[in-house]
Amino acid sequence: MSFALPNLLSILIFLPVLGAVAVYFIPDAGQKKLVALAVTLLTFLLSLLLLTGWQEGAAGMQFVENYVRVPALDMRYHLGVDGISLFLVLLTTLLMPIVIHFSNRFVDESIGAYLALMLVLEAAVIGCFVALDMVLFFGFFEITLIPMYFLIGQWGGDNRQYAARKFFLYTFAGSAFMLVGIVGVFAQTGTFNVLEAARIGIDPSMQTVLFLLFAIGFAVKVPLFPFHTWLPDAHVQAPTAGSIILAGVLLKLGTYGYVRFALPLFPEASINWGPLIAVLAVIGILYGALVALVQKDIKSLVAYSSVAHLGFVMLGVFAVNEQGVSGAVLQMVNHGLSTGALFLMVGLLYERRHTRMLDQFGGLWKSIPIFCGFFLVVAMSSAGLPGLNGFVGEFTILLGMWLRQPVFTVLGAVGIILAAWYLLTAFRKMAQGPITRPENEAANLPDMSLDEIGMVLPLVLLFFIIGLFPNLFFNKINPSVEAMLQEMDAGRNAVVISADDYHTDALTFHSALDDVQAQE
Amino acid sequence: MVEQLFQFSWLLLALPAAGLLINLLFGHLLSRKMIGGIASGVVAAAFLAGLGLFAALTSLPEEERMVTVQLWDWITIGAFHVNAALSINPLTILMVLVVTGVGALIHVYSMSYMEDDERYQRFFIYLNFFIFAMLLLVLSDNFLGLFVGWEGVGLASFLLIGFWFDRRDDLYGWYADAGKKAFLVNRVGDFGVILAIIMIWANLGTLNFIEVADKVHHGGLAVGTATIICLLLFLGVAGKSAQIPLFVWLPDAMAGPTPVSALIHAATMVTAGVFLMVRTGALWHVAVPAAVVAAWVGGLTAFFAATVALVQTDLKKTLAYSTISQLGYMVMAAGVGAYGGAMFHLTTHAFFKALLFLGAGSVMHATHGVLDMRRLGGLKEKMPATHKTFVIGAAALAGLPLMSGFFSKDAILLGALVKDPFLYVLGLITALMTAFYSFRMVFLTFYGEPKDQELYDHVHESAPLMTIPLWILAGFALVGGIINLPFVLTLDRWLEPVIGLHEEPLLTLELFAIIMSVVISLFGFYMAYTRYIRKDPWVERFAANFSGLTPWLQNAYYVDDFYKRAIVQPLLRLSEQFAKFDRKGIDRIVNDVGAYSLAAGDWLRRFQTGVIPGYAMGIFIGVVAVLVYFVFIG
Repeated sequence: MSFALPNLLSILIFLPVLGAVAVYFIPDAGQKKLVALAVTLLTFLLSLLLLTGWQEGAAGMQFVENYVRVPALDMRYHLGVDGISLFLVLLTTLLMPIVIHFSNRFVDESIGAYLALMLVLEAAVIGCFVALDMVLFFGFFEITLIPMYFLIGQWGGDNRQYAARKFFLYTFAGSAFMLVGIVGVFAQTGTFNVLEAARIGIDPSMQTVLFLLFAIGFAVKVPLFPFHTWLPDAHVQAPTAGSIILAGVLLKLGTYGYVRFALPLFPEASINWGPLIAVLAVIGILYGALVALVQKDIKSLVAYSSVAHLGFVMLGVFAVNEQGVSGAVLQMVNHGLSTGALFLMVGLLYERRHTRMLDQFGGLWKSIPIFCGFFLVVAMSSAGLPGLNGFVGEFTILLGMWLRQPVFTVLGAVGIILAAWYLLTAFRKMAQGPITRPENEAANLPDMSLDEIGMVLPLVLLFFIIGLFPNLFFNKINPSVEAMLQEMDAGRNAVVISADDYHTDALTFHSALDDVQAQE
Repeated sequence: MVEQLFQFSWLLLALPAAGLLINLLFGHLLSRKMIGGIASGVVAAAFLAGLGLFAALTSLPEEERMVTVQLWDWITIGAFHVNAALSINPLTILMVLVVTGVGALIHVYSMSYMEDDERYQRFFIYLNFFIFAMLLLVLSDNFLGLFVGWEGVGLASFLLIGFWFDRRDDLYGWYADAGKKAFLVNRVGDFGVILAIIMIWANLGTLNFIEVADKVHHGGLAVGTATIICLLLFLGVAGKSAQIPLFVWLPDAMAGPTPVSALIHAATMVTAGVFLMVRTGALWHVAVPAAVVAAWVGGLTAFFAATVALVQTDLKKTLAYSTISQLGYMVMAAGVGAYGGAMFHLTTHAFFKALLFLGAGSVMHATHGVLDMRRLGGLKEKMPATHKTFVIGAAALAGLPLMSGFFSKDAILLGALVKDPFLYVLGLITALMTAFYSFRMVFLTFYGEPKDQELYDHVHESAPLMTIPLWILAGFALVGGIINLPFVLTLDRWLEPVIGLHEEPLLTLELFAIIMSVVISLFGFYMAYTRYIRKDPWVERFAANFSGLTPWLQNAYYVDDFYKRAIVQPLLRLSEQFAKFDRKGIDRIVNDVGAYSLAAGDWLRRFQTGVIPGYAMGIFIGVVAVLVYFVFIG
């Protein structure tokens, strides 16, 4: 335990807000850029204090701040971070300086408002990940919509208004269900505190309705098939920085929501309705991958690949066992890094060529080899190449799901074949083959600069670190997941399948598994 | 003292990794000679390290020759735990020596072969990466670590097949497509491997090879479960080792530079499937039905690939189908439980097939890329070293008596004979065809009249950097059989700690097999000789009886076309339909719902503006108000 800062989480939320105000009022564009970058960098550095001050092995909330603000309703300004949210916070604070730096280089139009919105977005996302009061979470959740709405609608592509409106209304409509759900939980438990509510427990007869309300709200955000159609529109139209943040962290609000709220609050319903969600997740994995395969716009391709990848995360969550959920939490981070990096690469290419159509490229490996080398590493991370980050998440998820319901694992694993197919197809069209257009010649197309390499390199290094030393992460994720599952276990009569129980004696495994399945 | 030596096993991985990183980060500062020298040097150093470990292993008593070197805890979630650890044992060290030994020679050869290539630096980075991944595959002490190397070599293969990603020709199409195909077909196999690994853990609670073997040995796995696991593993084997039904990528893989074909697609990577079967022998021992399937798939692959090799006109394609066929032998051997024979043939095949490919590369280098045997001929005077070494390689492949390939193939055939006479006959017919096409290659390329005079005039012998590796490999192809002579069985005994005791077959059976092997290989040679040198008319007439088969053979039974039409194209069409459905189906509903609600809202509540920023502003102000209330007032 080293240097600790009081109210660290609040600082992480409000520092970007202050930055946003400052950026908005500073007159000089250059200074705006500098301040925005400095603020996000500082936020990132401060967020590292979460690691240095982390209590290793502890399952509960850390860095807790809890102030009663509305005594009558027990609404609280209640923040805390545990193994489930820790790396999502860090992912957010890491991606932010990168996208700000990217934007500083390539965006000029109303830069002040743009940067201010990005900073507000950062604050709101961090707020979501650390809020323990459901109303507070909902507030942050809604706030994230606003800057994103403007980022797409103002700085987006040709069809930006349509995409922005769709993004906003769809998520908003979904969250309306969630709001009803929150009120319902309060009515049942008398508290908005998610930890408290989970401990008190909700009557199984009410769990189904409330679970479905939450599930719909988060399903749009994830997005789970068939609620995903806003995503390609939003991604294709959003500016690069918007896409990176959207894919990198905003979608995680949905999957995180399932882990933080749906599972612990509704243990019974999660088990009963889990198979339905797993079916949708598997459809998302296969369908998303196949649709990605034939996309002509590379951003659209990456967007559909997200549908597939988040399907994996959902599979892990609804395995409802240690391997599945811990894998899913790590996979959220992995997807943020890999897909964030993919959008970043696509953005760098777009700034050079002002097109994202795959058939406009070809042979780039010859003209911009460094770019293509990085792109390949990023694509391999996304395709789940063992040794890199994505594999660790996908494998543990599939393993967890096997213990719950093997057929979903088998179908999900098909998605791993398809992922390689669409990513290599994109790489083939873009980087390989001959150069067919003069714009793609080396003379007209600069390779990545050191500055640009600097943006991607942190992400790529993390691919390797997570792939080779995932226990650095699991050591912190596991205790919290384990505690949550135990609490779920206590909250319901049926047995949660946890692999631990079965390996005391390998021979009893099958009969034990059969028993559990029979019980269900 | 000896134990401490093993603590340095990580050097085997660190050396190629270091070469890779040096050339990747600083290659642009180095001369070509330096780049190639570093890349070759680290592999040679890894070979020496391997020899050191080999020596250390021999100094241990037999029952202690299973050394595990723990590196770090890799993945831990609840009961699931996997180490990053290396395993040094007789089997892995044999593979290490083959991979780094043949690898080092091919690195040296490449320094000359690739000297004029614009992407010289990249080539050696890829090669070092391959060696790294292959050694990881071989050395890992558990399934998941093996799988990292397993897919790593697949990536290396993808990179090297499509090394000339901007080229195409009539034989291979776009080279980049060949690379992509290799990776994807292998992924289909890897689908099986992933599921197998999951099932192994779910049933045994460990992924460590020794523990798995131990638990299986003590009845930890029912026959049915073991069979499913092994069939899933076999899907991976079929991918990596190019067996039916996943062999289709290997012929196309020859688009890569020839040293790559020699190293990856003949000597080492493609044998990973065979290695996996031997490494997991304990499972196959229980999964009897899966082992039978493997043996027959191997036997049939050997047979059918050999028939295809009979009629290929391109030298490298002939070698490719020959490789598939020989891998079929090894898989068959592993299937019938003749692990010693499988590893023996794996080793000798690495020598003579690498030699043949490098010989073909030498020819290709001289003819500027022409390997069509209809345009070659009579090269023996002009390329004496290539000619002589190629003949040695072909003799080994044909299994002519006393060559290395003779002994190893005989070991496999004997293994089959003991288990299943039908399989033995299949193997014997394959051996006949092998001897025939081996010398068909030799005669069409190096003997007779030159068929293309202009081409012939420009041909020259390759540089010593290329011919020296040829001679070294020829030496091994010639005498490599001594590592496991019949009745002595040095290799079988050496591998015993891993593969178990060797079962002694009947002496009469053994002698019968040897005699048949001699007769068959000589007869095959004689047939090729009469057809291509003596040109006896009766052979021509005999062959004409089978001319109806020729298109089928030339197109490898149209399996590739079948996959394209039955799987790839329908899937792409389905994807197009889905993409349309996504926009015009699902999304249409979403938009309609949105539009109707908006319209309804508009009609019901005129005071609402219907403009999003208005809503947004409203929410924003509301939320901020709540927050302010929270923080400052409440």
